[in-house]
Amino acid sequence: MQKLVDNIEIDEENHAVTIDAAPKRVPLKYHVLNEEIHRVLDDGYKNITLVNVVGQRFIAAALAGDIQFKIHGTPGNDLGIFMDGPTIEVFGNCEDQCGNTMNGGKIIIHGAARDVAGLSARGGTIYARGDGGYRCGVHIKQYQNKRPVLVFGGRVRQFFGEYMAGGLLVALGLDIKEDGSFTKIDGYPIAGASLGTGIHGGKIILARACNEVPPEMLGTGAKVADLDDADRPELKPVLDDYCAIFKIDAEKIEQLPFCKVVPLSKRPFAHNYCSKML
Amino acid sequence: MSLIHKVFPKFKVNVDQEKCKKCTRCVNACSFGVLSFNGERIVADNEKCVDCQRCAVYCPAEAIMINDFPIVYSPHGTYTERIRKINWFQSGTGGVLLASTGTDLPYPVIFDDIVLDACQVTNPSIDPLREPVETKVFLGSKPAKLDFDIDPGNENNVTMRTRFPPNFEMSMPLMVGHMSLGSISFNACMSIYKAVSELGIVAGSGEGGLNEAFYPYKNHLITEIASGRFGVDLNYLQGVAGLEIKIGQGAKPGHGGHLPGEKVTSLISETRMIPKFSDALSPYPHHDIYSIEDLQQLISALKEATRYKIPIGVKIAAVHNVAPIASGIVRAGADFITIDGFRGGTGAAPRIIRDHVGIPIEVAIASVDERLRNEGIREKVTLIAGGSIRYSADLIKAIALGADICMVGMPVLLAMGCRFCQQCHTGNCSWGIATQRPDLVKRLDVDVSVQRIKNLFHAWNEELKEIMGAMGIDSVESLRSNRDRLRYLGPNPHIAEVLGIKHVGE
Repeated sequence: MQKLVDNIEIDEENHAVTIDAAPKRVPLKYHVLNEEIHRVLDDGYKNITLVNVVGQRFIAAALAGDIQFKIHGTPGNDLGIFMDGPTIEVFGNCEDQCGNTMNGGKIIIHGAARDVAGLSARGGTIYARGDGGYRCGVHIKQYQNKRPVLVFGGRVRQFFGEYMAGGLLVALGLDIKEDGSFTKIDGYPIAGASLGTGIHGGKIILARACNEVPPEMLGTGAKVADLDDADRPELKPVLDDYCAIFKIDAEKIEQLPFCKVVPLSKRPFAHNYCSKML
Repeated sequence: MSLIHKVFPKFKVNVDQEKCKKCTRCVNACSFGVLSFNGERIVADNEKCVDCQRCAVYCPAEAIMINDFPIVYSPHGTYTERIRKINWFQSGTGGVLLASTGTDLPYPVIFDDIVLDACQVTNPSIDPLREPVETKVFLGSKPAKLDFDIDPGNENNVTMRTRFPPNFEMSMPLMVGHMSLGSISFNACMSIYKAVSELGIVAGSGEGGLNEAFYPYKNHLITEIASGRFGVDLNYLQGVAGLEIKIGQGAKPGHGGHLPGEKVTSLISETRMIPKFSDALSPYPHHDIYSIEDLQQLISALKEATRYKIPIGVKIAAVHNVAPIASGIVRAGADFITIDGFRGGTGAAPRIIRDHVGIPIEVAIASVDERLRNEGIREKVTLIAGGSIRYSADLIKAIALGADICMVGMPVLLAMGCRFCQQCHTGNCSWGIATQRPDLVKRLDVDVSVQRIKNLFHAWNEELKEIMGAMGIDSVESLRSNRDRLRYLGPNPHIAEVLGIKHVGE
């Protein structure tokens, strides 16, 4: 093992690098940390562990290819923005907008995701063991083989899946422990108000029965329905993957009641306009 | 029950039956379904005519004339024909009226109330054909001052400490405004991108993504990140001349976008990266920008994504408080600001917003320039002004009011053959410009259009040089914000005060 700079440790045997984001307890500025990440990537290292991360923003911004990150601490806003390929595992909570405009890759959060997680994502995966904040999954879309999948183990707040145009959003409404055991969160709704408002594509799946999603929770253009035969096979591989990562008993999860929130119409505003010569 | 009342057409197509050779070329030319041949003669369904003039231009016998429909609306100064039609149509359909291009209402144009100065006796003018007159500009932030380190051991050993932010060199202070593939055709985009590459200037991509066919020109494109984030991937972010966060557009400040599903053809689908025939909704705000601090965050994210190699800008519509907003944008770290005046164009917008929201670019650019200079942050940004820069005179006056670069759209469409029928939102452009119909798109010859756009910009640049020469100014950077070379000659002297220019005679 060779020390390059004070805060970077290189493990040549495993081709891995560890970067201390707060050497001597002084946090690095985000652009310094991100430049260090670029430098080790330029040197060909693909396994990067960041320790003592304290809110540094834009980590893994616009990175492409097969890169593995392990982040200990709390990454700041816009983790993995514009990212296309890397896998990021966060041992802690995320701040706002993780996976913003993501094109591909995977973000695994052993904690909660905060507001606007997955904003406008076109591809990739975000799994959070805990809750999601406000406006998670807003305006996610899909194209050809690209289809974003976001799963939140806990509750999500208002405007979940707003403007949604494609992809899959899942909230389980569970309190999942580190060892994979879980209990249902009672006393609070699984999602906040304006659920799926403006949705015109894609699907939101909630681990609740239809009658636990009252009409006043739904946003404009959204409706709630039971899962049909096509939904189950689509959901199963996603939940299996999620459960394997967080060591949850997948069979128990499958037994939960599920409902889906989908668009009332694919063309919600088609009749709102007219075109005439004045 | 029919809710539709008969409304008389706007235009009447007259076919001179004596001249007409019945070749039916006009029938093929018409993309709005007006003309047909009934076996004996060409007949017209006037209600559909939009006066695009394609039939009249392509009639070999010059047999077609398009006139106002000969019906008189009982005169009334308040309830004009226009107002009456709006009420008739809306009571029939219940819909929001759509429109395209810039507003057609006859708002006063302040540019036309401004006159320019020239040298006489006391300072010499310059002959731009024989002496250097420089119109080169740099897009990006500039350092306000230069810092140097002097070696204490050897004072001849001087190194510059100032780091230069990324700048893009342009041969003239002109760019083509943001028109997406979708609002205009593939051939129109290709013509514009080729022309700007050859001219050494830039064009805006619009917010609809970038088709792979345009990648060879992307180092002369400013790509746009809008609220829908359509087509935004690494190819769209990296290797371009500049990146712009679109907050607003002059024709529809505060409004989002709505590309109806029927316009999402294979080409649009692969460019915007959305499924075919699905609606493309651009939300009204960006969901990660609710404040100047949030804007700073996205600007910083884009700088990180491009490793600080590309200037990052923000486009806003000219609205009432544009000056403090622009000041905030500079402080958020933008390298350039694009301000789009309320007469600016669009491929489709609600008429109510296009015609009534925003302020003129003349006032916006002057107040922003003034504010930034007072705050000592003017050099931190390049100001781009657009929204009815109609010809070179507007370009010159906008620069003297404080713009670094002017952005034009409609004049470029006119260069390609647009007749200004204002029906872009219908997608039926008979000239192959604002349409996605393959039979119409192929009407636009790319090579001809490239040359015509180049000619137009060359002519404007020469006229800019003529005026600079007459003013005795040898670099366009010395014309910028040079309001002493402007005088106001119009009906409202208070406008002159707002613009910070003197009245004629002062």
